[in-house]
Amino acid sequence: MSDILPDPVLSVRDLRIGLGKQNEILHDVSFDILPGETYGLVGESGSGKSITGLSVMGLLKRPLEVTGGSVFFRGQDVLKLGSRARRRLRGDRMAMVFQEPMTALNPLATIGRQIAEMFVIHRGMGWSDARRKAVEALESVRVPSPEERVRSYPHQLSGGMRQRVMVAIALACRPDLLIADEPTTALDVTVQAGVLELIAELCTAEGTAVLLVSHDLGVIANMCRRVGVMDRGRLVEEQDTRALFENPLHPYTRGLLAARPRLGSRTLARRGRLTELDQVVTAEERGRDAPTLTTPRGFGLEASA
Amino acid sequence: MRLRFNLAFGLTLVLVVVVAAVSAAWIAPYDPIFDADLMNSEMPPSWEHLLGTDGQGRDVLSRVLYGARVSLTVGLVSQLINSLIGTALGVSAGYFGGWWDDLVNGLTNVMLAIPSLVFALAIMAVLGPGLPSLLIALGLTNWSWTCRIARSSTLSLKNQGFVQAARAAGFSDANIMRTQILPNILGPVLVIATLGIGGAVLAEAALSFLGVGIRPPQPSWGNMLTDARELIRTAPWASVFPGLAIFTTVLGFNLLGDGLRDMLDPHMRTRRA
Amino acid sequence: MLRFIFRRTLQMIPTLLAVVLIIFVIFSVVPGSFISSLMAEGRNATNADVMAHLNAQFGLDKPLPVRLWDYLWGLLHFDLGISYRTRSPVWDVIEPRLWPSIKLALAAMGFAAVVGIPLGFIAALKPGSLFDTSTMVLAISGLSVPEFWLGLLLMYFFALQLGWLPSFGYQADSIQHIILPAIALGVSPMALLARTTRAGVLDVMNADFVRTARAKGLTEPRLVRSHITRNVLVLILTTLGLQIGSLMGQAIVIEKLFSWPGIGSLLVDSVSVRDIPVVQGTVIVIVLWFLIINMLVDVAYAAIDPRIKVN
Repeated sequence: MSDILPDPVLSVRDLRIGLGKQNEILHDVSFDILPGETYGLVGESGSGKSITGLSVMGLLKRPLEVTGGSVFFRGQDVLKLGSRARRRLRGDRMAMVFQEPMTALNPLATIGRQIAEMFVIHRGMGWSDARRKAVEALESVRVPSPEERVRSYPHQLSGGMRQRVMVAIALACRPDLLIADEPTTALDVTVQAGVLELIAELCTAEGTAVLLVSHDLGVIANMCRRVGVMDRGRLVEEQDTRALFENPLHPYTRGLLAARPRLGSRTLARRGRLTELDQVVTAEERGRDAPTLTTPRGFGLEASA
Repeated sequence: MRLRFNLAFGLTLVLVVVVAAVSAAWIAPYDPIFDADLMNSEMPPSWEHLLGTDGQGRDVLSRVLYGARVSLTVGLVSQLINSLIGTALGVSAGYFGGWWDDLVNGLTNVMLAIPSLVFALAIMAVLGPGLPSLLIALGLTNWSWTCRIARSSTLSLKNQGFVQAARAAGFSDANIMRTQILPNILGPVLVIATLGIGGAVLAEAALSFLGVGIRPPQPSWGNMLTDARELIRTAPWASVFPGLAIFTTVLGFNLLGDGLRDMLDPHMRTRRA
Repeated sequence: MLRFIFRRTLQMIPTLLAVVLIIFVIFSVVPGSFISSLMAEGRNATNADVMAHLNAQFGLDKPLPVRLWDYLWGLLHFDLGISYRTRSPVWDVIEPRLWPSIKLALAAMGFAAVVGIPLGFIAALKPGSLFDTSTMVLAISGLSVPEFWLGLLLMYFFALQLGWLPSFGYQADSIQHIILPAIALGVSPMALLARTTRAGVLDVMNADFVRTARAKGLTEPRLVRSHITRNVLVLILTTLGLQIGSLMGQAIVIEKLFSWPGIGSLLVDSVSVRDIPVVQGTVIVIVLWFLIINMLVDVAYAAIDPRIKVN
């Protein structure tokens, strides 16, 4: 079946991340993202989903480092690239949106400048041309009156607007891969949907693949075609979204789904939050060194149909 | 590792100075004032005079040892006064708020605007030279930082559960301030005090150097430098050692203060230099 | 912006008034007045008439509140009173001292900034490195060294031993004369700036927006230039301002040591002869300098940091 599928944009193979050389906190994680596909990584905080995203970008901070495995981006192992080549990919071919819209933008520079910077460094434009492109980029993420907004500073914008600006920055150079790390977690519920829709729409239009990191199963269900479930540094299960929700294979996934708050089950929802998973899944079933339980792409969809 | 080193090294230096000051009477080879031997003035360091002699033939080592007494007394006592004033004003201002807070705040700003050495000099001009004047002058002029920290900590503590609970339980204001707030701000106040002792030692030396602090023939590191300055060509050791003593003492207290701060609040290390 | 400056200037007035009040009260309780010490020294005949005359000349026969009022009224007209010693207006005594003092403060601060900020910056780029450790050792030493002793040592080596620079004194257009006192005075603010800069850079480097900038694919030099520098500047501006502001007061010992004809040495000399009007005047000038610098820092903040509202 795999011969019909296009080559993946991103292919993570046996990725290991350690705190220094000894403490391994990410164990042999492997997954593929196809062009234009939205892939979700779901798990509790501390499960390793964020550092997976950061390591693909090459943004791990000092005590954390990649200790093994490979990250193929458009067929090329980026872990083997020099820092200059890697830097050129960043922002241009792969981009990232972070969780904290309040602090992720430089407080002392205008929005316009921070978007325009992308065109200056990756397209070699002059500042005045870049600024004009920045207005267009701002318009594309549907920030009202972009001509004026380019002169605004981050503190003058709401959280939702700032996250739109972040999306504009990330997609400025039309990357092949967008890594969105909890892009809406810090936003008001009312604003969340808008930002997610925007990401989905723009990426579909450009054929940009998305790695969506979230702890929110609702977000994952709405956005992703395929989902990987992470627990304690391991990818325990990977399936198409529909299949995963209908037929979770791993006990941890079942626990995760069971603990999800549902409409009409308020009391249960309040008790069974994600942080209390230990009550649902026993310790032996979690964090074992077992291969990822997986079903092939498209398979679950057909099976359930 | 650096954290421990600061603390340990600072503490060692401070202890050395304290021991020198306390035991000066026993370990000093000569009398710091009366063993003046003009025939042997400006002698370089030798076995008889380990740090040499000054312009009046007095033993530099003995005078440095006795000078430690003055420096430590001034440093500790004046900083104690500062800490008491700063804490009392800061805690009460933060706790009661209102016009009292405004008044204390204004006063703190005024104190910050007058460089403390200038203020101390002005007070010394009124009181005249001498140890008691120094204690007052330096004790009254350097409490603004303590006051600020005490006030802001009190403000944040005031609204916390355990203070509210104590108030609801009917404790008196004085009691709450003493038993609930004070123990919680002691850490930062101690850090500022430790650093302040170093500052007071420097200020004492400066004032004595200017001739308005400790008057000769009483030995103080500052006034030893005044005398030695004239002899810098012929007897540089008379300048080097008192200065080295000041440097060592202040370094000790600064390292100790840094170490305490890192120990009490690791996050402060990156935030406040 | 002009309105902002104007408002900040008005805000200085209460502080200045309070300082004048404090200084005035302190010197009113001086037990022996300058006049009586003149008498005691026998430079004038112990004559009640002379004393009354002098008291009247300096307005000392009036009650304290009246004197305070007169003083404040005079202050409005830049009239700081009459010097006991020279019998000339205090302003005329202070004015020629002003420029040398400002020059020394700026030179010391220039040294401190030019050395301290880069040291702190480079140290922060590789925390824990040998360079970082030595810079921090240098910084804490700089904060602990008595500046007049350092001045004395500098004088000994560079002036007396090597003969490269003059050991003391002041010449209006001589750069050589200012080097040693400026370094001696600048070492402590240099050390403080190195520490503050290092802490600031470490702070900013860990900020989320720097991670964003990295994710954008910026080169390290561009990252430092366009995202880190300005944010660090905001963090060290307060220290910078406080240091320049208090430098004129800090300078008294150095000015005395190097026979620098500035405000500080005037203050010390006036204290020793109890020329109270001049002491008051110099303290007011020193405080005014502090307040003006602080106002300028606030203006700089408003210019650099868009989060600070000008209105």
